Amino acid sequence: MSNVTEIRWHGRGGQGAKTASLLLADVAFSTGKFVQGFPEYGPERMGAPITAYNRISKNKIRVHSNIYEPNFVVVVDQTLLESIDVTKGLKPDGAIVINTEKTPEEIRKELKGYTGKIHTIDARKISEEALGKYFPNTPMLSAIVKVSGVMKEEIFIKEMQHSFEHKFAAKPEVIEGNMKALKIALQEVK
Amino acid sequence: MAIRERLSGNEAVATAMRQINPDVVAAFPITPSTEVPQYFSTYVANGLVDTEFVPVESEHSAMSACVGSEAAGARTMTATSSCGLALMWEELFIAASCRLPITLALVNRALSGPININADHSDSMGARDTGWIQIYSENNQEAYDNFIQAVRIGEHKDVRLPVMVCQDGFITSHAVENIELIEDDKVKEFVGEYYPQNFLLNSKQPMSVGPYDTPTYYMEHKRLQAEGMIKAKKVILEISEQFEKLTGRKYGLFETYKLDDADSALVIINSTAGTAKDAVDRLRAEGKKVGLLKIRVFRPFPAEEIAEALENTKSIAVMDKAEGFNSQGGPLCSEIKSALYNIENAPKIINYIYGLGGRDVKVDNIIEVYNELEKINKTGDIGNKYRYLSVRD
Amino acid sequence: MEKKTTINETIKWQDITPGGNICASGNSIEFITGDWRTDKPIFIEDKCKQCLLCVPVCPDSSIPVKDSKRLDFDYDHCKGCGICAKACPFGAIEMIKDDK
Repeated sequence: MSNVTEIRWHGRGGQGAKTASLLLADVAFSTGKFVQGFPEYGPERMGAPITAYNRISKNKIRVHSNIYEPNFVVVVDQTLLESIDVTKGLKPDGAIVINTEKTPEEIRKELKGYTGKIHTIDARKISEEALGKYFPNTPMLSAIVKVSGVMKEEIFIKEMQHSFEHKFAAKPEVIEGNMKALKIALQEVK
Repeated sequence: MAIRERLSGNEAVATAMRQINPDVVAAFPITPSTEVPQYFSTYVANGLVDTEFVPVESEHSAMSACVGSEAAGARTMTATSSCGLALMWEELFIAASCRLPITLALVNRALSGPININADHSDSMGARDTGWIQIYSENNQEAYDNFIQAVRIGEHKDVRLPVMVCQDGFITSHAVENIELIEDDKVKEFVGEYYPQNFLLNSKQPMSVGPYDTPTYYMEHKRLQAEGMIKAKKVILEISEQFEKLTGRKYGLFETYKLDDADSALVIINSTAGTAKDAVDRLRAEGKKVGLLKIRVFRPFPAEEIAEALENTKSIAVMDKAEGFNSQGGPLCSEIKSALYNIENAPKIINYIYGLGGRDVKVDNIIEVYNELEKINKTGDIGNKYRYLSVRD
Repeated sequence: MEKKTTINETIKWQDITPGGNICASGNSIEFITGDWRTDKPIFIEDKCKQCLLCVPVCPDSSIPVKDSKRLDFDYDHCKGCGICAKACPFGAIEMIKDDK
């Protein structure tokens, strides 16, 4: 079971955390892995805290529970740090990726004694620069791929291009911006 | 060659429906099964199927439309969950007693109240005695495979009963996982064309369906209906065998996992069976003799076969994802106890109510259950026979 | 095709049709209601003008007509309601007690 990579996403309804987890499942699938991508469902509303999960493995995945001891945590909205214990159960040798303009050192004191690895990325800045709008999930997807190393960056970029061409077949004008956001994010994650 | 894909459980069932290309689908949306008719209606709109899609105003109407269309001679399907199935209640009996092989994708969800949209089995367990065949699925793959087989099972001349194919709401219906799909033409060939013996739209042989029945005849009709359910067991196994030839995936009436030499066994249904298999592996690595039996076919209930599979265990925990409110435990436990009643030195049986309304079940929770069984094996003291798993107390 | 079965009170479950389906049309003729009768209509052919007023009022279609002429009653299905006798302007139908 140690060869399963488990990822937990924290976001707010409408920010695309669920979509990002499904995209990650998609792209990992295309590299030949066994995957799970699933949100925790409830009466979600825009802005309410939501959780989504990924399991990525070389072997068939049978377990159907939520993830309590993830290898990685992604925080799509930094305001969640106040209300949610985002590092709960996070493995000591794992890492957390947070969308914030702060540096890892600055954000550490908001993580209530967490001593593991911290990565930060200013997804707002990247998204607004590349897309002209605030969609934090695309840069966060890049960030977790880089931090977790679940696949090579070149393969990720290639597969995402493919995936966006399919997903945005009806509005190809947004593909370029999204690809740009992915590429910048790979560079900017700290 | 199988097609490697990744789909949610709902997409998987909708894909099976597309490949089967039924004559009629009549459905009303309800969480978490909504996506099934939603995906399917796009297949209709895009011309991928030539199905008549009937959007109705309630589940009562959905099943009524299914009864009418199946009686007319059309291969008919629907999907629902929870309160939707409850609203179909009356028609479920009619579909079964009129011997109409409708296929229903049931995405298991708790029944109110308090209102809850997450998974448990109170909906399908409530409908267990309506005369429908019930087949359960651990994951998206099984939901897909079972749905394709269900068509053949229900329509078989010895059976002629409606079939519901169940999977856990959200846990598998909304989780994207790997799946192996069968090619469209092979599915089409496997299910074949539907040729009912008698049907309303046969102008050469007019008929009446659903007449008033007097006490003089009603019992004979019910006895004949029961025969369909009795014969279904053999038919299910025959079709599973053909399915295995097509796909290499083997299905029985139930699945056993490391049960042959097990002292402690779980009996479980749907998605938590996968979680429990991980628990079994973990405990086996510690040298513990544990195993499980996963129910696939709950109606007809394969009592003799289950008794044979479990008779050499010392203790069993029957896992019910539905309350029975009989003050004794859940419906699955009652059935398992009956199945084992005539076994000499029958294993000790405890019942756990678990996972109600989407309460998450971890590998550790299942290990806790096996630990309790180990205690019973050691002390011989069964203790409380009716327990709740992961309830705050 | 499901066999068209004569269904009566001796039928076994193995022979009955599934769900009570009736796999034929026009089969009410097989259901004998004549023995429900307490009164019985008698057709007096001499008085009959073949106006056929009795035929459409019979609730059980028990007055057969051939070549535009009514025949004697179909006593297998006639329940003896007497409507035909009321409708007849010529006294050609007489109701008597049925002594079966």
